[in-house]
Amino acid sequence: MPGPALEPGTQVVMESSDLQKFIDVLWRKGYHVVGPTVRNGVVVYDELKSVTDLPAGWTDEQEGATYRLKKTDGKAFFAYGIGPDSLKKFLHPPVVRLWRARREGAGFQTVEETEEPPKYAFLGVRACDLHAVAAHDRVFTSEEYADPSYARRRRDIFVVAVNCAKAGNTCFCVSMRTGPKATVGFDLALTEILEGERHYFVVEVGSETGAAVLREIPFKEATAAEKSAAERVIAATAGQMRKALDTTNIRELLYDNPEHPFWDEVAERCLTCGNCTMVCPTCFCTAVEDVTDLAGETAERRRHWDSCFTEDFSYLHGGSVRASAKARYRQWMTHKLAAWLDQFGTLGCVGCGRCITWCPVGIDITEQARALRDKGRIERPSVTVGEHASP
Amino acid sequence: MDRRRKPKLAVWKFSSCSGCQLALLNLEDELLQVAGAVDIAYFPEASRAVAKGPYDLSLVEGSITTPHDVERIKDVRRESKYLVAVGACATAGGIQALRNFKDVNEFVSTVYASPEYIETLAKSTPIADHVLVDFELRGCPINKRQLLEVLSAFLHGRRPNTPPHSVCVECKQVGNTCVMVAQGIPCLGPVTHAGCGALCPAYNRGCYGCFGPMETPNPEALSEQWGRLGVGEEEIVRAYRGFNANAEAFRKEGEAREKQDAQS
Ligand code: SF4
Ligand code: SF4
Ligand code: SF4
Ligand code: SF4
Repeated sequence: MPGPALEPGTQVVMESSDLQKFIDVLWRKGYHVVGPTVRNGVVVYDELKSVTDLPAGWTDEQEGATYRLKKTDGKAFFAYGIGPDSLKKFLHPPVVRLWRARREGAGFQTVEETEEPPKYAFLGVRACDLHAVAAHDRVFTSEEYADPSYARRRRDIFVVAVNCAKAGNTCFCVSMRTGPKATVGFDLALTEILEGERHYFVVEVGSETGAAVLREIPFKEATAAEKSAAERVIAATAGQMRKALDTTNIRELLYDNPEHPFWDEVAERCLTCGNCTMVCPTCFCTAVEDVTDLAGETAERRRHWDSCFTEDFSYLHGGSVRASAKARYRQWMTHKLAAWLDQFGTLGCVGCGRCITWCPVGIDITEQARALRDKGRIERPSVTVGEHASP
Repeated sequence: MDRRRKPKLAVWKFSSCSGCQLALLNLEDELLQVAGAVDIAYFPEASRAVAKGPYDLSLVEGSITTPHDVERIKDVRRESKYLVAVGACATAGGIQALRNFKDVNEFVSTVYASPEYIETLAKSTPIADHVLVDFELRGCPINKRQLLEVLSAFLHGRRPNTPPHSVCVECKQVGNTCVMVAQGIPCLGPVTHAGCGALCPAYNRGCYGCFGPMETPNPEALSEQWGRLGVGEEEIVRAYRGFNANAEAFRKEGEAREKQDAQS
């Protein structure tokens, strides 16, 4: 199809009536398409075949420890805020088998894990989650510690971002410089626009792969008016955002106040249940377990999500290093907002707000950071490490 | 372990409903494998054949509720190389530990026609209160997958993978929707020991706490949250007075809320 040169940054318009074609093209190209859908009272990521599976007519209200799906009479497909799961579920799944072994005489033979993961196309990914994937790339694909399981799943993904049209009550991406506009890590980025009877997407090209997909569906050049409509959507979302986390000298603030009584207060409320780490798109910690069958003929090693909130996680010879809730919450927050900078050159928080919504008692990392700033003091000179905030 | 001789397994019952022994019988697909791997030497629920001790592994179901139990569990310990307590009764005292909060003699005289024949202790207590226990497998009833894991681990001399963290960790890993956050249903998952695979939230129910307290429970903070969800003190007491009422963290929270309730 002739038309504008589809270079990264080019913006075109796709009518909402062509969204099904778009999904079909992705399947045809061999992708396993995953997108948002309503399941059991929340918006989750799952296999997506039809536009009718998208959460049109749904939105949600989120607060600390509260999530409620709400029916609307709107037509927007993406008017919801992010649900509990993220791409982590697919790229760094809860349980991964690393290898199997079979007894052979006195020794054993290991069997490689060769299962090829599906080639995923993700539709509807928000800006914060793209930053989370970028953060995982740093964690799992560094030269020294590359993780083959992540690399295999990550390698061929196709990402269709959606710029947020509504700020959730718990998110704070603006202050983390990770959203609400998708700026990195997408092949195509959509902004959904409803104007009177018209329902369309302004599509920004992010890669040549994205352009190639676009060429197979109807689109036209975006007019100046359409482009500014998209900008207004994003600006409005940014303007709605209520929460913020001030990252100025955040690393020093955490490193200088490990014994502050502030930690005791949060420890009284924290259940050490681990929900925050499970829903966090950047939390990556795992444990390995070895299992055998009864006969002792086969064994396997599995890796599963673990959490700095469990006791076993810091178990060294003789006991758990972080026995108290205080030590665990402090570890979590200090790692996210300080040690990540030293380790990976980026913060471990992208401001998605999931840990706030899904904490059963609504502990809020932004409030905790604010309380620490109010009460704690910074003693060391501040040092800038890495790019700060935005991965 | 000596691979030439099959280890001898014994299954003992104290005060209990036999549900945990049933978990062993329910292993259907794996039962033959179990029988192949161990010599089931004593398991009255399944077979009348009895082989004499000593036993390599004893699974003990049930709590200690009578003076006779107190003696018998010592015998079991003496005859067993490894002793594993299975289920909420054996690890916490079970539902029958509700008597611990009342005067047992009152029950006896109300329930039985001839109370003089009843010899019972004032409290129902877990096995570990009486003898050394090598491992505790939680649950009411125990989960058969976990039981298999404990047996395999024992046979191959490794540590069983039965993580003591919260049910929430399992709940998120299996992809359940959190019923407490998304529906406002009170759930004991955050203070409860994992093991069931977060069964109840998968069916839109809050957790009832059948696996007893998790490793570092904070029931006080959870009760505060339940309060915000509109759950009254009396209901909170009832929630903690289940199969694991006598487990320390649950017992204390139940007692604390009972006091609050009495004051209000
Ligand atoms: S720490 Fe919380 S807000 Fe930050 S990325 Fe993780 S879940 Fe999102
Ligand atoms: S901060 Fe909240 S979600 Fe995280 S462990 Fe504590 S209580 Fe659980
Ligand atoms: S439903 Fe219950 S067990 Fe599951 S995450 Fe929520 S509080 Fe935890
Ligand atoms: S009540 Fe809790 S521990 Fe028991 S089966 Fe249900 S979720 Fe599992």
